[in-house]
Amino acid sequence: MDSLYLLIPVVLIFLVLAIRFLSWAIKSGQYEDLDTEGQRILFDDEAKPKPKSQAENDKRD
Amino acid sequence: MPNSPLELAEDCYHCGLPIPQHFNLTVDISGEPQSMCCPGCQAVALSIVDGGLENFYRFRSEHAQRPKQAAEHQWQVYDLAEVQTDFVTHLEGGEREAQLLIQGITCAACVWLLEKQLGALPGVTAVTVNASTHRCLVRWSSDAQTLSHIMSECQRIGYESSPASDEQAFQLRKKENRQALMRLGVAGIGMMQIGMVAIALYAGAAQGISEGMQSLLRYLSLVIATPVVFYSARPFFQAARRSLARAHLKHLNMDVPVSFAIIAAYLASVYSTLTNTGEVYFDSVSMFTFFLLLGRYLEMRVRHANSLAMGNLSQLLPFTANRLGEPELQPVAVPLRSLVIGDRVLVRAGEVFPCDGCVLQGSSSVEEALLTGEAKPLRKNIGDAVIAGTLNTESALEVRVTGLGENTTLSAIDKLATRAELEKPQQQTLADKVAAYFVAAVLVLTALVGTFWYLHEPAQAFWIVLSILVVTCPCALSLATPLALAAATSAARRQGFLITRAHVLESLANITRLVFDKTGTLTLGQLRVKRCVPIQTQYNERHYLALAAALEKNANHPIASAFLVEPATSFTASNLHQYTAEGVGGQINKLRYRLGSVEFVCKIFPDNIQPSFNALVPDEKLQWLLLGSELGPLAWFGLSDSVRDGAGPLLSYCNVEAIQTELLSGDASPAVAALAKDLGIQEFQAGAKPADKLERIHRLQALGERVLMMGDGINDVPVLAGADVSIAMGAATDLAQTRADAILLNNDLSAVARVRNIALKTRKIIRQNVTWALCYNALALPLAALGMVPPWAAAIGMSASSLVVTLNALRLNR
Repeated sequence: MDSLYLLIPVVLIFLVLAIRFLSWAIKSGQYEDLDTEGQRILFDDEAKPKPKSQAENDKRD
Repeated sequence: MPNSPLELAEDCYHCGLPIPQHFNLTVDISGEPQSMCCPGCQAVALSIVDGGLENFYRFRSEHAQRPKQAAEHQWQVYDLAEVQTDFVTHLEGGEREAQLLIQGITCAACVWLLEKQLGALPGVTAVTVNASTHRCLVRWSSDAQTLSHIMSECQRIGYESSPASDEQAFQLRKKENRQALMRLGVAGIGMMQIGMVAIALYAGAAQGISEGMQSLLRYLSLVIATPVVFYSARPFFQAARRSLARAHLKHLNMDVPVSFAIIAAYLASVYSTLTNTGEVYFDSVSMFTFFLLLGRYLEMRVRHANSLAMGNLSQLLPFTANRLGEPELQPVAVPLRSLVIGDRVLVRAGEVFPCDGCVLQGSSSVEEALLTGEAKPLRKNIGDAVIAGTLNTESALEVRVTGLGENTTLSAIDKLATRAELEKPQQQTLADKVAAYFVAAVLVLTALVGTFWYLHEPAQAFWIVLSILVVTCPCALSLATPLALAAATSAARRQGFLITRAHVLESLANITRLVFDKTGTLTLGQLRVKRCVPIQTQYNERHYLALAAALEKNANHPIASAFLVEPATSFTASNLHQYTAEGVGGQINKLRYRLGSVEFVCKIFPDNIQPSFNALVPDEKLQWLLLGSELGPLAWFGLSDSVRDGAGPLLSYCNVEAIQTELLSGDASPAVAALAKDLGIQEFQAGAKPADKLERIHRLQALGERVLMMGDGINDVPVLAGADVSIAMGAATDLAQTRADAILLNNDLSAVARVRNIALKTRKIIRQNVTWALCYNALALPLAALGMVPPWAAAIGMSASSLVVTLNALRLNR
C-alpha cells in the first residue's frame, strides 16, 4: 500500500499533461469545424473529369 | 394563385425546390438525367459535372441552395489594391491570402466541392473552407491568378462569396468559443479525477481507511479542484458580481445562487481538509461546474452556429464610383472613399448609387424598394434626388454628390436602428425570475435551520448548514433553461428558422401582435406574369410568352425579369432597344415587335387599327403590358407581385391563436389596402417611413402589446431592431438580417407558425424542468436540515436530478 503514496501524486503529472494536450488541440483549431473533418474521409476523388466536357471547357476558356 | 401558369410538379435535383410544370431542364448527373427548376440551377449543375465533381451529389446530406439570379457581378473591383486592403494579406513570394465569406454552404459536401473546384485553379496554393463559420481562407500567387476570378468561380458552382468584413466580431466569437472549451475541458478532466478519488474516499468511509491515506486523497482532490473553481467557474462569479452590483432583487440571476453554492462548498471542503475534520464536497463542486458549463456551452455553440456575418452599410454600396472630371468628359473609376461632396459621378444602368445626390443629366427609373418599400420603380428626371444604395435600372444618370458616408439617408436609418435597439424591451428569462426568490428562500431557511441547531447542538450546526447549501445547489435549476433552448434552437433550425438572439424562443411564446412589412415579406417583391390574354388567337399563350422573353432578353428593368423566368426562348430578337418608361422593341423574324405601354406599342401598328385600344385592358387589378407587331396587337400580359405561399396558413394560425395582425408598409399605393383585405389582415398603414414604423411599434409597446415584426428591407431595419421579437426574411438585405433576432432562411412564412409551436413547447418544458428542480430541492432541504444527507448522497441526488432535466429537454429535439 505504501506505493500509493508515490503513485497518487504522480497522477497530478498526467493531469497537467492532459490539460496541456487539450490546450494545444484547442489552440490549433481542431474543434472549430466538427462536421466536415469527420466526413472528409468518405469523399473519395475517383471520378475524373469527362474527356468530352473537358474539351468543351477548354474551348470556353 | 389558381390561374397561374406556375404549378408544381417534382422537385429540383440541385436545390430541392419545386419545378414549375412546363419546365423541361435536365442535366446528366452520373449518367442519369436529373430535372432542374431554373436556368440558374442548371448552369451550376453543369459546371459541377464539367469539373468532374458530380460526386458532390452523392456526398451531400442537404440540398444545395438555389443560386441567386444576381445582377452581373463586377468582380474586377476586388482586384483593386484599395479594395483589397481590408481583407487581403500579402505573404512572402508574391502570395496573397484572403478571408472570404461564402453563402450557400449547406453541408460538408459543399466544403469538399469548394475546396476541389478552387484548389484546381492555376495559381491557387491553398483553400480551407469551414462549414460552421462559412469562411473560406484562400491563398494564391498574385502573378498566376486574380481574386476576381476565384470569386467568380465560386459563383459558377452556386456559392456567393464576399470579403469577410466582420473579422473583429469573428475573432471575438472564436476566442469566446476556445475559452469556453478550455474551461469545459479543465472542469471535465478535473471532475473525472476527483470522481475517482471520491469513490475511494466513500469506500474508505464505509470500510475503514487509514488516517494518512484519507488525508492524502483529500489533499489531492483539493489540488485538482482549485483550477476547476478558480479557472473553469470564473464566468459564473463574474456574472454574479455584475448582477449583485446592480443591487436590485429584480436583477438577481441564476449565477448568484450558483456562485454561492460553489464558493461555500469549496471553502468548507478546504477547511475540513486542512483541519482534517468534517466532510469534503470537492466531487460535487467539480461535477456541478462541469454540468453547468456543458449546458451553457451547448447553448452558445448553437447560437454561434446561427450567427451570420454582420452586414454593414458599406456592403450595400459599390467600392468604386465613376467620377466625371471637369476638363475631360471621360469618367474615371475612383475608390468611393476619395469622393467629396460636390463631385459629379456617372451611374450607369444596373449600378447602385454610391452616394446621395441630385440628378444633373439623364432620366431613368430607379428601384428604391429596399429603402422605401415602394414596389414599383420610380422615375428620376433632372433635379430629382437619388439615395445611396438604390439601384439605377434603365439608363445612365449624371449625379451631383450631396451626401456621403455618415451623411446619407442610409446611414441615418442605421443610426435610428442603433437607437431602437437600445430601447428594446428587456426580456428576463423564467429561470432568472425564479432565481431571486430561490436565493432569498435558501438563505432564510439556512439561517433558521442554522440557528436552531446552534441552540441545540452547536458542534453539528456548521456541517448541517453546509450540507443544506450543497444540497440546494441549483444545478438542475440552472441547467433547465440552456439545455431546452439549445435543443429547441436546433429544432427550429430544421424548419429553416435561424435564431440569432437568445431571447427569441421565450419571447415568441408571448407575442400578442404580428406586424408585417409588405413588399418582399408578405409578397415575393418581384413582378410575375400572372395572366396572358392572347388577342390574336392563332397562337397559344406560350408562343407569346416566348416572343416577350426574346424581346426582354437584354433589358435590366424589373419587368424584364418577370418574363425571363421562362427557360431559354426559341426566338432570337435583333435590334433590341429599351425605351425609358415605355417598353422594349426589337426585330424577330424580320418583323418589328414592341412590348410595353399601350400608347408605345400602338405607334408601330398600321393606321387602320389604331383606335379603341385603351378600353380593352382586361381588368384593373394587374399591371398590363401589350405585345404587338407591325401587323397589329398580339397579346396582353398581366403582371403583379404575388403573395408568398405561406402567408395564408400563417394568418389563419394567428386567427386561431388570437394574435392580432397588422400590415405596415412603406408602399403608398392602394395595393396595401387591397392586400390587407385579401389576406384578412385587421389593420394596415401605407406609406410609412422608417421612423413612422418605429413610432407605431413603440406606441403598441406602450399599450402593453408584445410585437413580432417581420420585414426584409432597409426601411424595416429600425423597426426590426425595436420590436420585442423580429424576423428577417432569408432574402432580406444583410443589414436587416443583422438587426433581426431571427432569420427565415427558406422564406416560408408558414414556418413561423411551426416555430411558435416549438416555442410554446419549449416554454412548457422549461416550466416542467424548473418545477422538477424546485421539487427536488424542496425534498432534499428538510433531509439536509435534519443532518441526513452525507456527501455521496448529495452528489448522486444532484447528478440524477440534472440528468432528468437534460433528458426532458432533449424531447424538444425529436
